[in-house]
Amino acid sequence: MDGMSALFIFMLAAFTGYEVIARVPVILHTPLMSGSNFIHGVVLIGGMVVLGQTPSDDAVSLTIGFIAVLLGAANAAGGYVVTERMLAMFKSNKGAGGSGR
Amino acid sequence: MSTVIQFVYFLVAIAFIVGLKAMSSPATARRGVQWAGYAMLAAVLVTFYLPGMHNYGLMITAIVIGAAIAWYLGKTVKMTDMPQMVAIYNGMGGGAAAAIAAVEFLRQGAAHHASVGLLAALGAIIGAVAFSGSCVAFAKLQGLLKKTYQVPQQNNVVFFLALFTFGIGLTIGFSAQPGGLELMIFFLLALALGVLLTLPIGGADMPVVISLLNAFTGLAVGFEGYVLANPLLIVAGTVVGASGTLLTLLMAKAMNRSIRTVIFAPITGEAQETQGEVAGSLKEHSPDDAAATLRYAQKVIIVPGYGMAVAGAQHKVWEMAQLLEEAGVEVKFAIHPVAGRMPGHMNVLLAEAGVPYDKIFDLEEINAEFAQTDVALVIGANDVVNPAARTNKSSPIYGMPILNVDQAREVLVIKRGKGTGYSGIENELFYRDNCHMVYGSAQEVVARIIQRLKELEA
Repeated sequence: MDGMSALFIFMLAAFTGYEVIARVPVILHTPLMSGSNFIHGVVLIGGMVVLGQTPSDDAVSLTIGFIAVLLGAANAAGGYVVTERMLAMFKSNKGAGGSGR
Repeated sequence: MSTVIQFVYFLVAIAFIVGLKAMSSPATARRGVQWAGYAMLAAVLVTFYLPGMHNYGLMITAIVIGAAIAWYLGKTVKMTDMPQMVAIYNGMGGGAAAAIAAVEFLRQGAAHHASVGLLAALGAIIGAVAFSGSCVAFAKLQGLLKKTYQVPQQNNVVFFLALFTFGIGLTIGFSAQPGGLELMIFFLLALALGVLLTLPIGGADMPVVISLLNAFTGLAVGFEGYVLANPLLIVAGTVVGASGTLLTLLMAKAMNRSIRTVIFAPITGEAQETQGEVAGSLKEHSPDDAAATLRYAQKVIIVPGYGMAVAGAQHKVWEMAQLLEEAGVEVKFAIHPVAGRMPGHMNVLLAEAGVPYDKIFDLEEINAEFAQTDVALVIGANDVVNPAARTNKSSPIYGMPILNVDQAREVLVIKRGKGTGYSGIENELFYRDNCHMVYGSAQEVVARIIQRLKELEA
């Protein structure tokens, strides 16, 4: 990828990340941290790409790639379950966050 | 095929951002994580069809093992242990990013552009720091590691180690064929850096640290996305890096700590010794006395803390609150921003027990009400109600906003024993004239109070 356009993507994504959570109430700090923890579980895709493109006779790279996929999958799956469990607590709340201004 | 896959990645990136946005509002939060979850699933599925992929057996084995273990642990862990689960899963993401960098370093004949080498090295360091740092954070929150450790000249050592590690990283990133030994030293140093950074930090500051490490992992994933020329990783990683940084600042603000003081001037054990003598004595109440005091009050504010959560007493506490309300007592819950272990953690626990939102109040909303309150009932909280934070300049928690329970006409404190709070600081509140201690596990004490309340009604 051309370095300059990547720099633009970095810049726009950083502002997006900042804006998206700028007005989060305190009660959602922990669930939101957990949610963003789940989203960087997308590193699993990177691990799959790396492992999938490693020559089948390169044992060292295969091992490290395997670990990358293993850890990435744990990050994604664990992050999802934990976030979902935390947010399930908010289902009884029909009136959108009475306490968290 | 490749265009279709890239387009799916594009949609996934949108779903992540929209999902994150939805997660920052209570009404839509659950939907948000579900959208992001479907998006993640779609991304994984299309990745199998990328051109030039093989080793499917290994890949699927790794996914199944990693996901199954994490899923099981995530499902079964107690609600109170959630923060350390976030920490450990975050560490795994950082470890994965570092591992990706390692494979890229080893890749033979890869025509490395200078910026690729630079970002691979940066991502590797940040990812490794997030991994080992999160492991330390996990150990601290899980209670496996109870003390803080510091090397002499801590800040200088960390600074030069970081510089040195980055230097090695650069030589690796720019060399066509780095040696295995060089790589090993590089990663060991980066891992040591993460441990050194987190070991001196006290338990009370852990939430801020985990949030910071979360942002680190996001950044590392973004950098490795550039190395792999994968825009989805760049966007998702950078969004998490930026939002994680903002979230860290918000959390630190809620605790009245700056990031700089958390990382570079941790609360240490020595701080306790400089404190003055505490005047007064501890006065004990039995649960029966406490029940009567509560029953004949007009207005009660309950301040739950980590002790209540550990004892799993939130359901009992809510039952007690309902009994008091039936008897005509006004009951409110006051939540300190860092009650539990993390901002928002206590709200989740009370919501689990069925306490309605209109009974739960933030520190700013309720602090003025303590002066008109008959009884403030503190259950397993300590540092967040310590008046030293307001008055004692030498106290390590000086300046942290606290709940002003000492202004209530009477204060009842349910506590396991005479020990200090998570920060290890003596609490002068307990020695005040209007304060009575009720010793015992929150679960048992509250159960006894409930029983007594029922007898009083009969």
